[in-house]
Amino acid sequence: MTWILDNLPRIGELTLAHLALSLPAVIIAFVLSIPLAWGANRVRVLREPVLTGTGLLYAVPSLPLFILLPALIGTSVRDPLNVVIALSIFGLALMVRSAAEALDAVTDDVRTSATAIGFSGVGRFFTVELPLAGPALLAGVRVVCVSSISLVSVSAVLGVSSLGSLFTDGFARDIIGSIVAGILMTVVLALICDLLLVLAGRMLMPWQQTRRRRPLLARSREVAA
Amino acid sequence: MIEFRQVTKTYPDGTAAVQDFSLTVPSHTTTVLLGSSGCGKTTLLRMVNRMVEPSTGAVLIDDEDVAQAEPVALRRRIGYVMQHSGLLPHRRVIDNIATVPRLNGASRADARARGYELMEVVGLDASLGVRYPGQLSGGQQQRVGVARGLASDPNILLMDEPFGAVDPLVRVELQRELSRVQAELKKTIIFVTHDIDEALTLGDQIVVLKAGGEVAAAGTPAELVQNQQDEFVSRFLGLDSGRRSLTAATADDGGWLISDAQGRPLGLVDSQPEPARSNGVRTSADQTNADQTNPSQHP
Ligand SMILES: Nc1ncnc2c1ncn2[C@@H]1O[C@H](COP(=O)(O)OP(=O)(O)O)[C@@H](O)[C@H]1O
Ligand SMILES: [Mg+2]
Repeated sequence: MTWILDNLPRIGELTLAHLALSLPAVIIAFVLSIPLAWGANRVRVLREPVLTGTGLLYAVPSLPLFILLPALIGTSVRDPLNVVIALSIFGLALMVRSAAEALDAVTDDVRTSATAIGFSGVGRFFTVELPLAGPALLAGVRVVCVSSISLVSVSAVLGVSSLGSLFTDGFARDIIGSIVAGILMTVVLALICDLLLVLAGRMLMPWQQTRRRRPLLARSREVAA
Repeated sequence: MIEFRQVTKTYPDGTAAVQDFSLTVPSHTTTVLLGSSGCGKTTLLRMVNRMVEPSTGAVLIDDEDVAQAEPVALRRRIGYVMQHSGLLPHRRVIDNIATVPRLNGASRADARARGYELMEVVGLDASLGVRYPGQLSGGQQQRVGVARGLASDPNILLMDEPFGAVDPLVRVELQRELSRVQAELKKTIIFVTHDIDEALTLGDQIVVLKAGGEVAAAGTPAELVQNQQDEFVSRFLGLDSGRRSLTAATADDGGWLISDAQGRPLGLVDSQPEPARSNGVRTSADQTNADQTNPSQHP
């Protein structure tokens, strides 16, 4: 416990480093998954191969990938960029299927009616289909976010700073406090990020709760009216 | 005026949905396409705003081939109302109605002002504007759908079974409301339904369709009920089963009770015959039914 209190500044620093590695990866995975999912849904014969193929990327062991990437893209072994790219790949592996299913779940009724009232294809995608896929997309992003935050730690083995460094240091120097702090902060960070995502979802998609929270009584009254 | 010129539609999978269909829809009137499910009504309706391209033939609006028009621009100047309202679930009622003016370039404030105007036109309380479609009853949603269809003040309104999914009482109310709105706005409406009573209530002209979009009969409601030349039409309207052959009997309180051939009571006569009036009977149990059955009442 004293170790933790004595090392608060370092823990804070590592937390920020941890976020700096995982958040960009979540964003990149999300942004890339949308066009991929859209394309997979459009070209029906390619859908399963694309979704399964990207999904399999998740099976690539993370440590070898961290080590392989520098050789592939010419970065140095300790470059944080390797970690961000590797995490983006894992995130994408999780996200593409979620995104494809989220976009596919938008009903034909809504699509047809949006076309009928004069949305262009692009306008319909961004103002109708994407927002309506929002709740399911959010569910996918939450998984990717938590997964990324937990995976980042592995990169500490290579000497890239993150909360994972608290484990490696703790093991190397036999400091229980450091190990505990590493575990605790990773979990807390994941929880906070997840909570923020949920809150952001509520703010961005207000039509959702209204439907759920709607009292039954009011509904039956209207039907009667 | 909308003109279908010998249109056919064969879908890529080989379904011949419409074969050689021709029709002129006069401006400022309601034309009902009446027919069973799958007979090509939706296909025909969607040819007007180019959501379906005819395989052969052409659709003309005021003598201009719609194939020459840019589809998105065309749709923005034609109102469209469908079953299950087709509202955007993630937009508030007022913004749903304002969508089309917004697409047409109106400012948000102007579009919303227009939206509130239309809510009044279709008989919706302005306080419902801030709700989401999921928070409305089916009937209210259809009213919003109609308001949205009217939002850009289109000359043409395409309605695809707009009241098909609401319960009968609400449906009658919505039909009455549409008649009222139409009497005032005089749009050119093509209204698709499989409900005979709805067709007789709303149509200035009714086109009865068989499978493949074949026209079985066309005419005013009174003409259709009176001229029983086609067996299919008679069966469809229920003329052969006596649904519209009416008999009158003295009601319990002295008026006239009208029933169909199966003995199903339809309503009370409140206008004739004259002698019954002096008894003071002026009830009208079911105005709609009475209205619809008038043309076929025998003198
Ligand atoms: N996109 C489509 N692809 C193939 N067949 C279709 C398509 N849309 C409609 N059909 C078929 O065309 C026929 C007419 O359909 P539709 O116009 O929707 O009829 P209605 O609106 O009268 O019920 C039906 O047999 C239907 O199955
Ligand atoms: Mg249809």
